[in-house]
Amino acid sequence: MAIIVDNDTRLVVQGLTGSEGRFHGLRNRAYGTNVVAGVTPGKGGQDVEGIPVFDTVAEAVSEAGANTSLVFVPARFAVDAVYEAVDAGIGTVIAITEHVPAHEMLRAYPYFRGKGVTMIGPNCPGVLSPGKANVGIIPAEIFSEGSIGLVSRSGTLTYQIGHELTQLGLGNSTIVGIGGDPVVGSSFIDVLERFEADDETDLVVMVGEIGGDEEEKAAGFVQERMSKPVLSYIAGFSAPPGKTMGHAGAIISGSSGTAQAKKEALEACGIEVGTTPTEVAQMVAERAGARA
Amino acid sequence: MDLYEYQGKELFRRFGIPVSEGRLAETPEEALAAADELGGPVVVKAQVLTGGRGKAGGVKLAETPEDAEAKASDILGLDIKGHVVRRLWIEKASDIAKEYYLSIAFDRGAKQPLFMFTTQGGVEIEQVAEENPDALVRLHVDPLEGFQPWVARRLIYGAGVDDPNEQKQIASIVEKLYRAFVESDAMLTEINPLIVTPEGEVKALDSKFTVDDNALFRHPDIAEMRDTEAADPLETFAREKLDGDVGICGNGAGLSMSTVDVVAHVGGRPANFCDLGGGGDAEGVVDALEVITRDPQVKSIFFNIFGGITRCDEVARGILAALDRLDMSAYPIVVRLDGTNAEAGRRILAEAGKPNIYPEATMLEGARKAVELAKK
Repeated sequence: MAIIVDNDTRLVVQGLTGSEGRFHGLRNRAYGTNVVAGVTPGKGGQDVEGIPVFDTVAEAVSEAGANTSLVFVPARFAVDAVYEAVDAGIGTVIAITEHVPAHEMLRAYPYFRGKGVTMIGPNCPGVLSPGKANVGIIPAEIFSEGSIGLVSRSGTLTYQIGHELTQLGLGNSTIVGIGGDPVVGSSFIDVLERFEADDETDLVVMVGEIGGDEEEKAAGFVQERMSKPVLSYIAGFSAPPGKTMGHAGAIISGSSGTAQAKKEALEACGIEVGTTPTEVAQMVAERAGARA
Repeated sequence: MDLYEYQGKELFRRFGIPVSEGRLAETPEEALAAADELGGPVVVKAQVLTGGRGKAGGVKLAETPEDAEAKASDILGLDIKGHVVRRLWIEKASDIAKEYYLSIAFDRGAKQPLFMFTTQGGVEIEQVAEENPDALVRLHVDPLEGFQPWVARRLIYGAGVDDPNEQKQIASIVEKLYRAFVESDAMLTEINPLIVTPEGEVKALDSKFTVDDNALFRHPDIAEMRDTEAADPLETFAREKLDGDVGICGNGAGLSMSTVDVVAHVGGRPANFCDLGGGGDAEGVVDALEVITRDPQVKSIFFNIFGGITRCDEVARGILAALDRLDMSAYPIVVRLDGTNAEAGRRILAEAGKPNIYPEATMLEGARKAVELAKK
C-alpha cells in the first residue's frame, strides 16, 4: 500500500518546462511514476518528451486525470500554484520549491487542511515509495523496497540514512521528506499517523534535527497512539547553542530545542535514538531482525 | 533578517506606533550634533544585533550634547558579545512610569501568529514566563480571520490594564503592531519595554524586528537596511565557526550538521559547519573552500556530499577548480560522494590524480580519515 504516493498516483508537474522541473519530472517518469501532465501558463499544447503541457491545473485534471501535483514553480509563485492545484481538485500536493515566504504558507495552511488536501513541503525532497512511485528529487536508486517507513525534516540526511539502511539489506515502504520550513504542509505526526495505518509499514524511522519542538510532540503521539516501533536520529549534537529568535522565540515551545533535550524527550516516550546515521541504521537492523 | 533598533523603530513609526524622536550617529561629533538638535537629555544607545546591551554598558543617559559626545566615544567600538558597536541611536530621553511588554511571534508549532503581552515589562520575558506565568497573556490569531478588535481587548483585560486612557492607546498599538507584523512579513516584532510616561503617554522604547528573508523581494525598502559590513563573511557562509581543525563541507543543513556530529563522534574537532545548500554548483564549492581555508586552525577538509539536487560531478569540478585557483597544497581533502552523478564525480577526481585528494566510500570512514589527517 505505502503512503501518499503509489501505483495509483497520476502526477502533474507544475513547472515541468523549467530546468529543475524537467530534469526531475523526467527522472520521476523514468522511475515508473505515472506522470500524466505538466502545467506552465502560456505553454499549453506543448509537450516535454511526450508529457502533455497545459496552461492550468484544471485542464491537467480534466484532460489527463491528474490526482497528485509536484510543484517546481519559483518561490514567489509557489503558493499560488498550491492554491491552484487545491482548487482544481488535486488531493495531494508536494512542493519542492525552497525560499517560499513563511506568511504565505501561514495563510494557505488552514485553507488546504480545511479541504482535506495532503500537502508535503515546501522546501522538501518529496516522497518516494520504492517500486511504486517517486515524486520529487529523492535519488531513488539508493533505496530499495521494504517495510520501513522513513520520515525526515532534512533532504540529504534522509538519503544518508536510507543509504545506510540499504547497505544493511533493509528496504523502505515510503520515504517522506516533510521539509524544514517554518510552516510545512504535513508534520511528523501527520506522516506517523499514516505509517501507523499502512499495512506495508512495520517500523518507522524519524529523522529530526535541532530547533523547535516538532520531534518532542511527535514523541508524545508515538507513545499514545502508535503500536509500531519508532526509532529516531537527531542531527546537531555538536552544534553550538544556536541563535534564538529574540526573546519570544525561545519561550513559545517551552523546549530548549537542543539535540540532547530532544533525545531525552524521545527516549522518555520509548523511542530509541541513535547518535550517528550508522548507529541508527544498526539499531533498526536489530529491531527489524527481532521482528522477522 | 534582524533589524537594528533604529530600523525597527523606523518601521514602527511608518505603521503609526509611537516612538521617541531620535537620530543616527556614527561618530562622537555626530552624537553631539544629534543631541544638540534634539534638545534636552538624550539616551545614547549602541546599535547591535544582540541582547544585553544595557548590562554591557551600551546604553547611557546624557544630560547635555557634550555629555552625549563623551558617552558616544565610550560606547563606539565597544564589543558586545562579539558585535562591535559602529552605530548609535541618539534618542530623546523619556520619563518612565510603567514598563509593559508586547510582542508578536511567528509560532511555527501552532502555525499562527502569537501575541504576548504583560504589564511586567523591561525585564527578560523568559523570566516572567517562568516566575509569573499568569501575568503573561498569550493569544493566537487565526491568520484567515486576521486582526479583530477583540484581540486587543483580550490582551488588555487579560493583563489587567485598567486605566481607560492606557487601554485606548494600547489597543491602537496592538492593532498597528499586527499590521506591521503581517505587512512586513515579520517573524518577530517585539516591544520591550512598551512604556507609559508619567503623563500617561504609551510608546515603544525599544524594538526587536525580524523579517523573513524569503519575503524580502516584496520589501526592497527593508532589504536595503541590511548592514553588509556587520555581516561576518565567515559566519554567513560557513554558518557556524567552531573551534577545531577539521574543515567540514556538506550539502543540506541536516547532513552538514550530522557530519559535524560524526567528526566529533570519531574523536575529531570540527572547525566549522558549512552547508553548500541545495544547489552546490562548482562556483559555490570554490567560495566555500576559500572561506574555510581563511581559518588558520584548519588542518584537513572533509567533503561529505550526498547528491539529490546537488550533482556530485559539479562538486568534483568545483574542488578541482579551487585547487587551480587557490593554494590548497597544505590541505588534505577527504571527499565522500554519493547520490546523483556520484560515479561521474568520483571518476573526475580520480582522473585528475591530485595527491592531496583522498576519496572515501562512506561518511564514517571519511570522517575518520579527515580526523587522522588533521592530527598529522
